[in-house]
Amino acid sequence: MNLSYLTPNALTIYYLIASVLFILALKGLSHPDTARRGNWLGIAGMAIAMVFTLALVGKGGIGYIVLAMMIGGAIGAVVARRVEMTQMPELVAAMHSLVGMAAVLIAVAAVNNPAAFGVADPLPASNKLELFIGSFVGAITFSGSVIAFGKLAGLGKRFRLFSSAPIVFPGQHWLNLAIALVMIAFGTVFFLAPDEAWTAFIMMTGLAFMLGLLIIIPIGGADMPVVISMLNSYSGWAAAGIGFSLNNAMLIIAGSLVGSSGAILSYIMCKAMNRSFISVILGGFGAEEGAAAADTGERTVKSGSADDAAFLMQNAESLVIVPGYGLAVARAQHAVKEMAQMLAAKGVAVRFAIHPVAGRMPGHMNVLLAEAEVPYEQVFEMEDINGEMGTTDVVLVLGANDVVNPLAYEKGSAIYGMPIIDVHKARTVLVNKRSMAAGYAGLDNPLFYMDRTMMVFGDAKKVVEDIVKALH
Amino acid sequence: MGGNIDPTVINLVVFVLAVFVGYHVIWNVTPALHTPLMSLTNAISSVIIVGAILAAGPSELDFGTVLGLIAVGLASVNVAGGFLVTQRMLEMFKKKQK
Repeated sequence: MNLSYLTPNALTIYYLIASVLFILALKGLSHPDTARRGNWLGIAGMAIAMVFTLALVGKGGIGYIVLAMMIGGAIGAVVARRVEMTQMPELVAAMHSLVGMAAVLIAVAAVNNPAAFGVADPLPASNKLELFIGSFVGAITFSGSVIAFGKLAGLGKRFRLFSSAPIVFPGQHWLNLAIALVMIAFGTVFFLAPDEAWTAFIMMTGLAFMLGLLIIIPIGGADMPVVISMLNSYSGWAAAGIGFSLNNAMLIIAGSLVGSSGAILSYIMCKAMNRSFISVILGGFGAEEGAAAADTGERTVKSGSADDAAFLMQNAESLVIVPGYGLAVARAQHAVKEMAQMLAAKGVAVRFAIHPVAGRMPGHMNVLLAEAEVPYEQVFEMEDINGEMGTTDVVLVLGANDVVNPLAYEKGSAIYGMPIIDVHKARTVLVNKRSMAAGYAGLDNPLFYMDRTMMVFGDAKKVVEDIVKALH
Repeated sequence: MGGNIDPTVINLVVFVLAVFVGYHVIWNVTPALHTPLMSLTNAISSVIIVGAILAAGPSELDFGTVLGLIAVGLASVNVAGGFLVTQRMLEMFKKKQK
């Protein structure tokens, strides 16, 4: 390629175009109808960024680079095609780890040979500070994401490190704090040293890897939506940090977009669980509280069969289905869709209500329903449908518990203040559960004992399929 | 104004403005698309591949270029995987023709 046109100014303009395309890509996600175009704009931005950077490298080592791209791209394409929608959280965690690792490798390469990046050699102090930040954020993202991946993929049975139950030990937070301080100390040594100070740089990065691991192991499986969002954010900040050290505005912009996106998602998830970000990060939640459900007494529940449920639902005018993660575990989405269709054919107004933490990552349940071809016009967010619960004839709760627990309105309960879907206001409530076991928060649920509630025990998929049969 | 502006300061300007843009754009994303948002941001953050390409740029293979090549490979997994899986999910949100 003729490089005479590719001045640093021209390249910066191309990078600017790519940055704008990235912003437009995210903007597209404001509505499902514009989202696909948004993704294409993102692809265009990435293509521009990659092609012109390759052109800059020119004939140099381009053969190997293209080879590496083809290998990586092929792996990515195969994984993207094969992955199950229920496995999305694992995939996203794995991809975060790759960004983190790439950031570390680039930082090491930059310390090794700044000239390749057009940065002065020896490294100026400001670039060293930024490399330090890019490298340690990248390292934390990598090891943290690997642990998150293991927990989500259920590898805990084979490796205790990946246990979805929190791993806690005395002095844990002090240890983390000490490691963080030592890490920063090495970073400062690296920053102040007149030469590359490899030892300090390597020590710092190594400690960051350890820290990433240690901060994720005490976080329980059900807090994973926050963890994934947080690591999403970190991967963005790592990219932005590398952008600072390479004086590359596009990397800074892209990294900041991703960083703020992850931060906002973490905030939304924390709010939906009524937990403070700090308490999630400190972890340990969901460890022993499981047995804490007190004074359940000998209250009785009404239970019924799938036939009873079918009868109630087909005679209702309006039905709201509240799916929880139990539904996804039972892989009952398709059966639920069939049931919803049959009921709609009988004149029932069917809608779905989704709590923000219904899945294992933000928006997970929406994707699972979309996969089962439930039209998104029927799917409502918690705050959009809660006002209409009082006038709803029948609510069917499938594999959800804490997110419909009216104890959230009672001062002093463990989940007080957590936003819930107000199913207890509906005229009739059907709850499908495997057993009467308490939910993740370890609380009993007064919803189950209401006069208007009928429990339908059994595996979600089996029950829904039985309902479908009864509807025929 | 005397003297030159340090590039780090310019970087900081870009950074702060980009965080503001991100904040406003992301709050407008519909909650139904939060999972595609994550996979898309993941793909976008792999624009870090630009740094990896530069690291791998010099023609002779040495420590730095090998690290760069590995980083290119890792980031490429994300570029392809991130955009493709986002596309796959978004196809599911297509309006159904009745």
